[in-house]
This record gives sequence, C-alpha cells and structure tokens, in this order.
Amino acid sequence: MTLKRTAEVVVIGAGIQGCSIAYNIAKSGLRNVVVLEKDTICSGSTGRCGAGIRAQWGTEMNCRFGLAAIEKFERLQEELGMDCDLHQGGYLVVAYRDSEFERLKESMRLQNSLGINTRVVSYAEAREICPGLSAEDAVGFTFHDRDGHADPFLTTFAYTEAARRLGVKFLRFTEVKAIKAVAGRVKGVETNRGDFDAPVVVNAAGGYAQHVAKMAGVDIPNFSERHEILITEPVEPGVCPPMLISFSGNFYIQQRPNGSMIGGCSPEGHPQDYGLGTSWNFLEAMSRTFVKLLPRARGIRVARQWSGLYNMTPDCQPILCESDDVKGFFLSCGYSGHGFMFGPISGELLAQQILGQKPRIPIGMLHYKRFERGELLVEPAVV
Amino acid sequence: MAVAEKDEEIIICRCEEVTLGEIREWINKGYETFDELKRVLRVGMGPCQGRGCREIILRELSAKTGRPVSEIHPGTFRPPSKPIKLSLLAEIGDG
Repeated sequence: MTLKRTAEVVVIGAGIQGCSIAYNIAKSGLRNVVVLEKDTICSGSTGRCGAGIRAQWGTEMNCRFGLAAIEKFERLQEELGMDCDLHQGGYLVVAYRDSEFERLKESMRLQNSLGINTRVVSYAEAREICPGLSAEDAVGFTFHDRDGHADPFLTTFAYTEAARRLGVKFLRFTEVKAIKAVAGRVKGVETNRGDFDAPVVVNAAGGYAQHVAKMAGVDIPNFSERHEILITEPVEPGVCPPMLISFSGNFYIQQRPNGSMIGGCSPEGHPQDYGLGTSWNFLEAMSRTFVKLLPRARGIRVARQWSGLYNMTPDCQPILCESDDVKGFFLSCGYSGHGFMFGPISGELLAQQILGQKPRIPIGMLHYKRFERGELLVEPAVV
Repeated sequence: MAVAEKDEEIIICRCEEVTLGEIREWINKGYETFDELKRVLRVGMGPCQGRGCREIILRELSAKTGRPVSEIHPGTFRPPSKPIKLSLLAEIGDG
C-alpha cells in the first residue's frame, strides 16, 4: 500500500471526534485529509460509551452544544446516508436530594432560556414516561423529550463512510510516535508506518489526548478515568423507554432499539491506570440498581460487561481550540464522558475554525488556557 | 421452514440475524477484522458472544485476506461467559 506522505490535515484518532472533524473538513473542500488510528475505527472511548445524547446540562456552553448536537442527530441519516439508530425517548433525570432537585430546576431554567423544553414531572408522570419505574425514594424528576441515544458504532461509521466518499484516507494500525514542530508551527507527525507532513494536525486521541498533546509540547490537565458498563440480552421494547439517569444516584440505564438494556455506574470510583478491565463489584452494584429501579427487569440476563476511558478535564467540559504555542495544532478532547453526543457539532465547529471560518457557536472559552487563567466553567451534571 | 435459496441469504449470526451476504458486503468495504464486523453488524454481541458465528466469519476473513484462520484475531470475549439474570447478580451480595 502506498501512503500519501503529505496531507493538508492529519487527524489523530478515529473515534467520533476524529471522524466527524475529517468529514466536516472534507465537506468544505479540503480533500487531502488523513485520519491516523492506532487500532481500528471506533475501538476506543466512542465504541465503549453509553450512547446517550442530551441537552439537559448545567452550563450554557454544554446546553448550546447539546441542543445543536440533537438537531444534527435528527438529520444525520439524511446528511450521511446511513441509519445511526437514533432513539429519542427523552432523559428522565432522577433527584434523590432536595439540594440536587433545586440545582436541576435551576439548570432547567437555563435550558428553557436557550430553547430546550425541559420540564419538571411528578412521580406519576415519570411512571407514565417509564412504566414500571420504582423510585419512591426520589424527591423529583426533570424530563426533556428530545434527549435520547444513538448507536455509537453506526454513527462513527456513517461519518467514516461519508468522509471516504469525499476522499478522506483512514489508516488503521497507525500509531503516532512524535509530532514535528518548528518555530512554533506544526509540520507533521511521525508514526510506526512512516512520517506525514501536514500544516494542520488535530489531536482527537480520546483517552490518550494528554500524551499526544505532550508530543507537541503542549501541556493540558486532562486525565483518563475508567468507567464500567453492561448490556443485557435483547428483550421486548418498552422496559425502559427513556434514559434513566441520576447524578447523586450515580447511574444511567437505557434500552437500545434492538431491545438490549445498557447500564453504567461506578461503585469503585474511577481508576486512572489506563486499564480496560472489568470488576465483579460493578456487575453486582449495577444489577442491584437495575432491579431496584425496574423490578420487572429481574428476569433479564446480563450478556456482557466492559469498560472505557472518560478523558476528563478539571471542569468536565471539553478542550476545543488551536494551540497558542504550536500553531496549526488543534485539540478536540477532554469531553469528560460526553464526546459521542457532542461529536456531530464539535466536529463541525472545529472544522470551521481550521478552515479559517467563524464557528457558528463561539468556542473561545473552550481553550485549554482557561485552566491556567482559572476561568473554569464547571459542569455539575456528570455521571 | 424457510430455506435460504442462495449462500448470501444464510443467517450466520442467529443472535442478531446477520446473513453471510451482509458479512461479505462489509468485508469488501474494508472491515477486515472480527472486531470491525462486530461493531458494524453486531455479530458476536448477542447472548452467545459469537459461539455460533465466529468460526464462519474467521473463515470468510481468511478467504478475503489470504491469511490463515490461526493468524486472525478472534475478537474479545467479555464476562460473564454465560448470560446471568439481573436478580441473581443483585441478590448474591445479600448472602
């Protein structure tokens, strides 16, 4: 295979961010775009995620991203030509403490002011949205009906296939070893399969973003946490129509359109050793949560469990910017567990910035220098 | 009982109802590892985790890539090795 040794843009990482960025750049006319992936497409955090998509956030930036992403997902099949298995059953957020419920209502007022029609629902209404729900110990619920989930694999492959049709090259099993920069400008990358020269290099390396940034001499405060998740055998639809989620309860549960139930929680905290192991304690804790919230799920069998990395930032909001220190080096990382849902919009916005256009949602405040300046935008609504 | 008229119509993955034709279509699009086919078609993601389809898919990958089956990565098996009821898992800790 002959590799193109020069490119207009090199993207590091073929998860949702890298694939969406590459597609959006190619759509705007730059066709010599190469995506480098050390494993296979969607093998990292995207392919391991809980698949949720929501606009119920606690900061204005995340609300804007969430709503714009939902609008993108609603038209993604039309744009990319592949069904991404979108299901909009809403997110039913469960609060177990008064202070938590007050904060959810405060976030709801922010969401409402931005065109997101979140509302408070009673326990009776919650049980209409999710028949069979058992949450007598909850103090309140909020619900937004356009939230939901999609298939992370199909969404990423939809971007990949659409990008390929526009001429983007995807190189699997190609690991970046070094980033070349001269006089404060990026020049290209070195990989296990040779060098690539490019005036633009994008760090979309997910759980490994801090290592890739360091190769360019850029320090970011990101760290990667392991989170666990399980899936059941497929059962009839309607066992859990919305995404059930609780920040104090530390869980999320949803049912995919094929009938499988997915659930995540973190009983043991979040190890930061880059391991992708699984634990018995998770299996037991998640199963307890399942049968407590949805007693009629008792007889459903767990089919598999796995884990993935959340690439965290100190304020749980992403880094989306060009480096000041190394021009031409762009970053899209630190999504803190929400990279899949933001992928369609963050890819579009970063592509606009790379092409010298004005991103249609301002992203200036997502620069990594905010951490040095102490201008954190802390997002409270994270599981 | 319906009988497949062409090889392409034979269901290879019974958990997710994936046909040989679909597997060949995606191999030809460049999805040349078991894990890639798993992600795009869900083969091996059902309750049997590929016990029924894995060997057939590895043979198809071998035919396409020219590499012997023994050299093709069979993908990841995940716990639990057999599906277990949520109620059983939830009650284990209760003694």
